[in-house]
Amino acid sequence: MKASQKHLKGMSYARYGYLFALPFIIIFLIFTLYPTIYTFVLGFTDAHGVGNETNFLEAPFDNFRRILNNKTFMTSLRNTVVIWIMNFIPQITLAMVLTAWFTARRITVKGQGFFKVLFYMPNIITAATIAILFNALFGYPTGPINEILVSLHIRESGYNFFVNKSASQIIVAFIQFWIWYGSTMIVLISGVLGISPDIYEAADIDGANGFQTFFQITLPNLKTVLLYTLVTSLIGGLNMFDIPKLFNKGGPDNATLTTSVFIYDLAYTGKQLFARAAAASVLMFIIISVCSAFLFWLMRDKDAIELEKIKKADQKAKAKQRKEAAF
Amino acid sequence: MNRAPLSPAAKRRWAIVYKVFQYTICILLALLSIFPFVIMIVNATRSSDQIQHHALSLIPSHYMMNNMKVLTTKTFHPIRGFFNSAIISVCATALCVYFSTLTAYSIVAYDWKFKKAFFTMIMCVLMIPAQVSSIGFYQFMYKIHLTNNFLPLILPVIAAPATVFFMRQYMIPALPMEIVQSARIDGAGEFRTFNQIVLPMCKPGMATQAIFIFVQKWNDLFLPMILLTEKNKWTMPMMVSQLSGDMYKTEYGAVYLGLLLTVLPIFVIYFMLSKYIIAGVALGGVKE
Repeated sequence: MKASQKHLKGMSYARYGYLFALPFIIIFLIFTLYPTIYTFVLGFTDAHGVGNETNFLEAPFDNFRRILNNKTFMTSLRNTVVIWIMNFIPQITLAMVLTAWFTARRITVKGQGFFKVLFYMPNIITAATIAILFNALFGYPTGPINEILVSLHIRESGYNFFVNKSASQIIVAFIQFWIWYGSTMIVLISGVLGISPDIYEAADIDGANGFQTFFQITLPNLKTVLLYTLVTSLIGGLNMFDIPKLFNKGGPDNATLTTSVFIYDLAYTGKQLFARAAAASVLMFIIISVCSAFLFWLMRDKDAIELEKIKKADQKAKAKQRKEAAF
Repeated sequence: MNRAPLSPAAKRRWAIVYKVFQYTICILLALLSIFPFVIMIVNATRSSDQIQHHALSLIPSHYMMNNMKVLTTKTFHPIRGFFNSAIISVCATALCVYFSTLTAYSIVAYDWKFKKAFFTMIMCVLMIPAQVSSIGFYQFMYKIHLTNNFLPLILPVIAAPATVFFMRQYMIPALPMEIVQSARIDGAGEFRTFNQIVLPMCKPGMATQAIFIFVQKWNDLFLPMILLTEKNKWTMPMMVSQLSGDMYKTEYGAVYLGLLLTVLPIFVIYFMLSKYIIAGVALGGVKE
């Protein structure tokens, strides 16, 4: 009886665990791990073009040195961060404000479902389409936006947004903001709904007003969700490709050239400098990994401390029991 | 905050102002979401001449078929793009959802030695985007002659850490192990148990994931762009990227129509399933 129970509970079923995880593991090794390692290796070679012989470099870190000294790469890295910040700060601010409104307990906003559907919509539309749509909307000399500017007498004639560096950067940042604020809002709202209603009731009894409740209860309890949003957005931002590539082809004068567009251009246009593009990818990989590691460190810290506390309390209780038993 | 208490009338007035402000902002944002697409749809029906004279109009015209002709006589083939994208997205979604559920089940239902290490690894790669290994991926695919083939765009989704993570989170409360146990007592094989009992029970979670994977695959530009060079293999977003080229420089009407065609399937999916999609986003872990 005992033996058969043990059998049912799991131990001898372990092989099915391996078996069912096997497809994932095989595909992961072939299509994720191997290409990642291969990218690292290519960073130390002179791979370029199609059908050329590939050899290891005599100075192994030559590609990395060249990329780090490459003004265009540094520009693209700076652009990526600048565009990300210009998009993220308004995005998180607006998402927070909307979250506060949509979860407010006294003054409720009606038609929330409708607003959520519309705010989220841009996120699901093909980014390539959005980039080219905005390219058409900001058309010069006679795009829809220019027509609005002229008819409102803000400008005498059309403005060429595509030759102005800041204008192009701001538009790319705006598109990113427009795509993502709805999604961020929904994640934040679900975070707020996850906070225990007891805390809010207690605040109500204590006579806290809406602002006090938001800043002193909602915000501190939302820390983990905010952190998650921050890091996922940062990682996504560091890989920005479709919008900058198609809105203005990284221009004018490389103002909207992001690191992903830089790597793409290096590897798949002109001389096809795969080795150098691989080195740039490795550098981005390191930057992203550091960011992720930072997130995990922050997230795990809390849980681990919590667990440690429970363990200690448990041990204390056990020790106490033992003591009592000894008496 | 030491403010003088407001009189009830002043309080009411303030509440009204506050409400008007809230709704104004919400309505403006809603319009901002729709506005670009309204222009896109209207201009898709207008001739390039009309657009050049008045780019902004809310009155549809009757040049849609004409625009279609202009569009398809050049490099834009909406039907081919549609089928290519559909093949990739449908196959990838089916494989991804099935195998991710299977992998999640292996973690939830069985005790095996390296389970913990395996799950930690999934959590680690969750954060690393595919783009950073794209150079090695391309070179590898080139060497085994899989460029201009859909397989490298479909097969890798079998190992999708984000979906496995989501399905695991979904399965822990939704799948009572007693049912699996009783299936075992009845003598069902493990694989059959999974296919006939576990899969149907996980359907809602799988459906949520399926929508996101489909949309993500449909919208993907980077990988198809590096892997597919033959024109008859191009996907919808690649067709779209052609619209920014010189070939369509003055064909405004055709460009708007092309854009409309690429987002039409997404619009249909979105307005049919928006409730589930938003619920899915709220569950988290679906950011790219």
